[in-house]
Amino acid sequence: MGLRGLALVARAHYKVGSTPASDGCMHDTTATTSKIHPPGPLVVVRAASVRFGGLQALEAVDLTIGAGEIITLIGPNGAGKSTLVRLVLGVLKPNTGTVERRAGLSVAYVPQRLAIDATLPLTVDRFLDLPVRRTRAKKTAALAEAGVTGVERQPLQTLSGGQFQRVLLARALLAEPDLLVLDEPAQNIDHLGQIELYELIAGLRRRRGCAVLLVSHDLHLVMRATDRVICLQQRIRCAGAPEAVGKDPIYAELFGKRAAEALAFYPHHHDHEGERVVPLDRARER
Amino acid sequence: MPEFMLRAWLAGLGVAAVAGPIGCFVVWRRMAYFGDTLAHSALLGVTLGLLIGADLLLAVAGVSVLLAILVVIMQQQRQLATDTVLGILAHSALALGLVTLGLAGSIRVDLLGYLFGDILAVGWRDIYVIWIGGACILAFLAVAWRWLLFATLHEEMARAEGTPVLALRLALMILIALIIAGAMKVVGILLITAMLIIPAAAARPFAATPERMAWIAALLGMTAVSVGLWLSFHLDTPAGPSIVVTALVAFLVGQSVALARGLTPARSSDPNRTSGPASAP
Repeated sequence: MGLRGLALVARAHYKVGSTPASDGCMHDTTATTSKIHPPGPLVVVRAASVRFGGLQALEAVDLTIGAGEIITLIGPNGAGKSTLVRLVLGVLKPNTGTVERRAGLSVAYVPQRLAIDATLPLTVDRFLDLPVRRTRAKKTAALAEAGVTGVERQPLQTLSGGQFQRVLLARALLAEPDLLVLDEPAQNIDHLGQIELYELIAGLRRRRGCAVLLVSHDLHLVMRATDRVICLQQRIRCAGAPEAVGKDPIYAELFGKRAAEALAFYPHHHDHEGERVVPLDRARER
Repeated sequence: MPEFMLRAWLAGLGVAAVAGPIGCFVVWRRMAYFGDTLAHSALLGVTLGLLIGADLLLAVAGVSVLLAILVVIMQQQRQLATDTVLGILAHSALALGLVTLGLAGSIRVDLLGYLFGDILAVGWRDIYVIWIGGACILAFLAVAWRWLLFATLHEEMARAEGTPVLALRLALMILIALIIAGAMKVVGILLITAMLIIPAAAARPFAATPERMAWIAALLGMTAVSVGLWLSFHLDTPAGPSIVVTALVAFLVGQSVALARGLTPARSSDPNRTSGPASAP
């Protein structure tokens, strides 16, 4: 209780925009080893390794999320992207290494998939009241900001893929988070919808100043929205500004011809030269 | 109405009022088999209660709660699938109960009465316990409702945003254990899960929000208890099964009406949202 109280005090003190309602949720402080005090980074992952049975999911991963930063995590299937997200969220502890979170950090999470049982009657309006009841004005504003309107009375099960993702995003925005975590928000959305969604995410940071951790398959769509791209394959293979990562041979190695072709659709990233063989694994330098 | 009928009715109403909302969570979280597992352990509770001379309601509640905690611990190990864990515990608990009963040869037990309910055994003390306990459970539900719903929707999302998911899961399991103890004398060990599931399932087509589904389930359950006991008294049929059959009829009528009016819940064709693995209880 002491830690929890401290976290709430810290939050109330440093985050002027926070509402009393959003402080009503319980902060789980058990999943972190120590606390960062503001104004430090939001989350610091140091040399974190995770094993599931005999499978090495993450190996010696370092990641620092600063306030207001947009970071995109890319990597092939099974690269450990979701595992790293779970470390950041504090729902999984690393086998070795540490994860530190800023005291009173408020996180909102949009999961990769959300299976809603057909037996659960849940309208959009009631979904936005989870886990804390919000005013109608706030809910309407959040839906508008997420780019979906007039769906309040609809059951969640009847929304289209794009509407559903936007409603998930609206619920996350209502928490007024310091850090918004989106795990593959663009799946089940057509190409145009994806571009819109990423522009929306970039706009959120401008308006709200919250940091965003984004998981994505594809680099080309997130290019303009993101500050830093991290290529993950168990360990961090390459990282940096999106343009630099796009040109990195390791990127082509990880994602192959298809990704390079996708980049070719964008004239200013006309840098692919087919599949190049990379002799040196640069990750070893880390 | 003879007094034993009044006692059975009051006990049944109290149980149904709580079983409605809790049953909704059982349906939403796919915990039906978990409810069955706890019900199977009730006989062990009865035997142990008789052996040590404790109040049967409390003994059954105690054993069920212990089993619920055991299930949560075994789930955390992640060595076995949840339905395997439940299968092991359900039938081991039932077998243990019967073996213990056999070993304690001095105790004569009306086995059928516990399996299918024995309304003659309901005393005023049971009614007090059911109503006071039921009021406490409903109060807890009212307070924890949003968090329970949030955790039901997506455990990881709820945990990431600070909801005490494990504590809620444990609390819900303990509440189910308590309902089973309360419902044992009225509907019997083998039929208890029906009181949780059938009213909730029957309520689904007529509810647009989770809260309304809980209310309708509670009212349907209480109606089933009233009509079922009345039928049982006049037709001389066993009380527990009569209540369950009444609930089944309500479910079937509801489904037909919903089908005729096109109210059946839409199953979206998007496999990412409506299917997915059964969420752990």
